[in-house]
Amino acid sequence: MKFKGNAWKFGSDIDTDKIIPAVYLTTTDPKELAKNCMEHEDPKFAPNVKKGDVIVADKNFGCGSSREHAPIAIKGCGISCVIAPSFARIFYRNSFNMGLPILECDGIFKVTKPGDTIEVDMDSGTVTNVTRKKSFVASPVPPFMQELVKSGGLMKSIKKRGLV
Amino acid sequence: MRPMTITEKILAKHAGKKSVTPGELINAKVDIALGNDITAPIAIKEFRKIGAKKVFNRNKVVLVPDHFTPNKDIKSAEQCKILREFAHEQKISHYYDGGDAGVEHALLPEQGVVVPGDIVIGADSHTCTYGGLGAFSTGVGSTDLAAAMITGELWFKVPETIKFVFKGKLNKWVTGKDLILHIIGDIGVDGALYRAMEFTGKAIERLSMDSRLSMCNMAIEAGAKSGIIIPDAVTEAYVKPRAERKYKFYTSDPDAEYAQVIEYDCSKIEPKVAFPHLPENTRNISDVGKVRIDQVVIGSCTNGRFEDLEVAAKLLKGKKVSDHVRLIIIPATPKIYSEAMDKGFFKTFMSAGAIISPPTCGPCLGGHMGILAEGEKALTTTNRNFVGRMGHPKSEVYLANPAVAAATAVKGIIAHPDEMVKRKK
Repeated sequence: MKFKGNAWKFGSDIDTDKIIPAVYLTTTDPKELAKNCMEHEDPKFAPNVKKGDVIVADKNFGCGSSREHAPIAIKGCGISCVIAPSFARIFYRNSFNMGLPILECDGIFKVTKPGDTIEVDMDSGTVTNVTRKKSFVASPVPPFMQELVKSGGLMKSIKKRGLV
Repeated sequence: MRPMTITEKILAKHAGKKSVTPGELINAKVDIALGNDITAPIAIKEFRKIGAKKVFNRNKVVLVPDHFTPNKDIKSAEQCKILREFAHEQKISHYYDGGDAGVEHALLPEQGVVVPGDIVIGADSHTCTYGGLGAFSTGVGSTDLAAAMITGELWFKVPETIKFVFKGKLNKWVTGKDLILHIIGDIGVDGALYRAMEFTGKAIERLSMDSRLSMCNMAIEAGAKSGIIIPDAVTEAYVKPRAERKYKFYTSDPDAEYAQVIEYDCSKIEPKVAFPHLPENTRNISDVGKVRIDQVVIGSCTNGRFEDLEVAAKLLKGKKVSDHVRLIIIPATPKIYSEAMDKGFFKTFMSAGAIISPPTCGPCLGGHMGILAEGEKALTTTNRNFVGRMGHPKSEVYLANPAVAAATAVKGIIAHPDEMVKRKK
């Protein structure tokens, strides 16, 4: 799986209230949620984000609540991949379970400026800032999680195992 | 056999294994799978989408509409309706609606639904609260909840554990809330990322159950997977009269391995206040300075329990809330509400000029029942002070314990509870 898109940059400890404020949690529709994604953090994000764009953030991305509306909103915006040095654990789990590609990667945050072109190769875990001509290797996705992604998420994987 | 922590033992038992090691991926049976009016609708959608017909056990799935209830608008009413219809269709025995509903993490221990030794997963990040009872409990997302509702089990990565040892005696006014804020201030909001936190030491042994629950409640604010306290006589006294099921006390082996051991001297810990906009921005109450407050909230899954209202009532007796402060008190469950009323707390609160809300998460996550305008500042006993958490993105939230909250409501600026008592003399 390969992605190429423009970078949106966010800082450290981006919490789920920043990703999607609680007041919008009265719907589960990805398109509706996408409209208000990151609205307090960067009001230009939701109206301007393009399909295939990439989020490059600093440590502990997605901390706070367990709301799956957060990865749903990000995916709803058309974001192809989120890259950060570390993720909050519920967000990490949710992303794999519902099929938002995320990568733990050090280094890329420092060299990236908003709008840079980022290329991601999920299979080799290589993250390249094409604009700055710099490449980094992400932490490998555990085989168990890779299987989960290959099965099409947690629900499809339990169906596959005959548990439904 | 390798020595294990309490967390490892509970996980091993539920995975049908003799022992587990941190980092290991396991499938474990869950005793309770919990959802609320925000997270369960997505889980129910996933449940139906995959063609599931029945939950694995109608007594082990718990649904609590508590976040935007009593329904704050038409959309939230629709979400609650999804829960209600699903609960009736599946004959869910632990479904709490209307006058039975309370803030989930106060309600479940109180009703004896969660017991020591359990594995509890909840599509709510503060599910880690039940570690106060000696259960392994952790927050997950809606898809995880859907999977657990169908199969009765879920995958876990066995976490490493950080042990926190609280030595000595607690200072006056210091509660479990202050201890957890102290830790978060020390290690940061990702200081325990992916790990379990085990709270031990003489001071923890002396903590009340209400205080233990509020301490474990905020383990997630340090990024942890779970927080836990080894069950003891305090646990037994709390659980025995209310447990609906058999329970088991687990303990950590003396030679169990920890990723880290951190010791604190309680004589140095004061009541804490977390400044905007992260729970790690903690200060000692004596270092706060003059911060004018517009709203005080006493409630939530962190501090809406009986003991929290009791200390607030003690401090508010015969006092008036400052004329520029709105004090909102939210008993977390119908039982706490009723007990507070019987004890005469409501009379004290109302004479002081407070608002008493029905049980709800309400303002804690900026839902309803006390939203902040631009530029307003709130001091609350809740658990998060992120940007816009209680309303306008340019409002501010300060976190503290209920005694600090009561003193602040009267003084109009963030205040030490001692200031209220001294005046009496």
